[in-house]
Amino acid sequence: MPMNTEWKPKIVAFCCNWCSYAGADLAGSSRLAYPADVKIVRVPCSCRVNPLFILRAFERGADGVILCGCHPGDCHYTSGNYYARRRMTMLFSMLDYMGVDKGRTRVEWVSAAEGPKFAATMNDFVKTITELGENVKLGDLRCKESLK
Amino acid sequence: MTARAAALLADGTVQRVLGWEKGDFDYDLTPAFFETADELKNLVYGDYSGANLSKYLIKAGKKEGKTLVFLKPCDTLSMNQLMAEHRVDREKVYVIGVGCKGMLDHEKVEAAAAKGEKKERLELMLGKCQDCKGKTFAVSDEVIDDEESRVEFGGNRFSKVAELEAMTPEERFAFWQSQLSKCIRCNACRNVCPACSCNKCVFDNAASGVSAKVNANEFEERMFHIIRAFHVAGRCTDCGECSRVCPQNIPLHLLNRKFIKDIDEIYGDYQAGESVNERHPLINYTKTDAEPSIVYERGGRE
Amino acid sequence: MLKLNMSKIEALYKALAAQQSLYLPIEKNDKVDYWRWAEGEDVRLTVQNTNKSPKNLFFPQLENMVAFNVEGKSIEIIEQELSKEKFVLMGVRACDARAFAVLDRVFLAEPVDSFYAARRENGTIVTLACSAPAKSCFCSVFGIDAANPADGDVTAWIVNDEMYWLPRTEKGERLTESVKELFTETDDAAVKAEQDRVKKEIEALPFSGLSLEGFDGEHMKEIFARPEWESLSEACLGCGTCTFTCPTCQCYDIRDYDTGHGVQRYRCWDSCMYSDFTMMAAATNRPTQMQRFRQRFMHKLVYYPMNNDGLYSCVGCGRCVQKCPIHMNIVKVMKTLGGQKK
Repeated sequence: MPMNTEWKPKIVAFCCNWCSYAGADLAGSSRLAYPADVKIVRVPCSCRVNPLFILRAFERGADGVILCGCHPGDCHYTSGNYYARRRMTMLFSMLDYMGVDKGRTRVEWVSAAEGPKFAATMNDFVKTITELGENVKLGDLRCKESLK
Repeated sequence: MTARAAALLADGTVQRVLGWEKGDFDYDLTPAFFETADELKNLVYGDYSGANLSKYLIKAGKKEGKTLVFLKPCDTLSMNQLMAEHRVDREKVYVIGVGCKGMLDHEKVEAAAAKGEKKERLELMLGKCQDCKGKTFAVSDEVIDDEESRVEFGGNRFSKVAELEAMTPEERFAFWQSQLSKCIRCNACRNVCPACSCNKCVFDNAASGVSAKVNANEFEERMFHIIRAFHVAGRCTDCGECSRVCPQNIPLHLLNRKFIKDIDEIYGDYQAGESVNERHPLINYTKTDAEPSIVYERGGRE
Repeated sequence: MLKLNMSKIEALYKALAAQQSLYLPIEKNDKVDYWRWAEGEDVRLTVQNTNKSPKNLFFPQLENMVAFNVEGKSIEIIEQELSKEKFVLMGVRACDARAFAVLDRVFLAEPVDSFYAARRENGTIVTLACSAPAKSCFCSVFGIDAANPADGDVTAWIVNDEMYWLPRTEKGERLTESVKELFTETDDAAVKAEQDRVKKEIEALPFSGLSLEGFDGEHMKEIFARPEWESLSEACLGCGTCTFTCPTCQCYDIRDYDTGHGVQRYRCWDSCMYSDFTMMAAATNRPTQMQRFRQRFMHKLVYYPMNNDGLYSCVGCGRCVQKCPIHMNIVKVMKTLGGQKK
């Protein structure tokens, strides 16, 4: 297949309302650049994200999915991100076990004050996914191509 | 066993007995409720009583009075787990633990007979029995067993998982592709699972966006099986019913067991169903838990 | 009647596959199912009952029906083309062959199901008489002769090392004509002897004495109201194993898959054992598993024959007997609700 220079990865970022979403906001208002291919989904807490969310993002054509929440210990609801941490560890391990690419999923803790960290994280993640290329193993083909 | 059940039925300790009912052949036993001494004549406990009866206790709990249930050592873990989730009321159940020598798999027995081969009992057992977790009863009111049924024989139940982990991602991908492509989405694995006891499953809810009656493509095959195994992670006692009932012989327990192995390795050894009061690992945490990136750092072959 | 030595069977496969697709019982992943033949495949022609029935060759588990591409305010409708694949389906047992007659009455009655009709038109069925019926077989109860399959386009018998071949329909004649040079003419003495032997074996099977007495329209309400349905269905898991391995189950669901830029409309097998079977806006008309369980067997043994001149929609292949996770099956239902001849 010829390299498609036009291809840009589609990234879904689940951001918790209290820290990371505010962090993204700060990155924006500080005029820090991160790729527009990152689509943010605001969730009340990182532990609101269940494994189906991640899989469905891939189904619908995402090439990488990142979950951002408050730093451990700083959860608005005291302990949500601790649960999220365990769940995501298990899910990522399972994706690896099934032989679908590892590296397309990530968890990063970003506080409301960390605008630069948010931008840096997204830039780095986009770079990683760009290197990994298009996600073929976890998508639903019906969503990718125009129906024939 | 039948005599004991009849006695408890007669003196009013229990109102019904949950056991395995005789069929047309030696292997086709059906889980059933027995309510009279006459019906108890059809109660069988033998080489093919592989079915785990604990999930039927949810149904039994909605009936009047107490139910006597026969549970094998591995089945008692499932019942405990159901109690931990408040799906089964201990007060309404009378548990007779029954010793188990390992249950047979009729497909293996028939295949061996067809070829005229003589095999060791262990080779003819259900997969779940070959990986027996031990002969301890996690819960019981009384136990009926003998010397022979206390002999431990299980091997390392994680060896196949470790074997897969040692493969390259491409090999693992090919393995699961070939296995999961057999899936006909009959949902037997989900419906038989004692840990799968939601009143309405997300996969049956047309409004969920993921409901499907068929695996339209490889993505749906994978999504269903990841979510099925994930939803019971931490609560799965590794009773092995999912693989036993699969009409396509997909080794589904290897998904559940991967979660168990990961939990053991990352959060410390844990056996679901051993305790009724403990919080299971996925609804628990420590402040110093590993970060999810540990999955990528653990190495393995590229 | 024609015959062919089994040592030349590969030549027959090759000759057939040269003209059209050839589907045979082939072992893959430890399961014998109907797969498209190619050289080197592990063919298990004589297996007694494939894992799944061959109904998916005519009525696949998933079938795309139509698609819509949505762009702005315009909707493009993409029709699904009918299958054009010409194929031979070989090695079908008498029970599975009769099952096609059951499906035909559903799909080929007005309004004709064009997807099914196209495949049926394109397919030629070569049946294979049974020589070693399984313990779980009970086709004879429904008047099917496993030693002499009446349905299908060609009937084959394997006796010792010879395959005997008898075309039954025009389609079968055409197929035979195209591979005739491989066969030699013979009389039917060997086949007759084999049929007698197998018939005796079938009579001695454990389920041959099952009776269908009472399973008819006249007794419909009586059977429907029997209290035994409760205990029979008590252990049912509500899974779809019986339905999906059954050669005659024909219910399907039509679903729309939203792709984000359009809709793929497809149909897929459905199971009356599922809680969301025939779900409507006002919920379902069979809320309990007992009702769903009863529906399955009433349909096979009472409703279908009532509407189809007494043709039962069970063919006694025994797959549900072998595969039900809790070993509840149509035989146990018939024994409990009906009678036994002997």
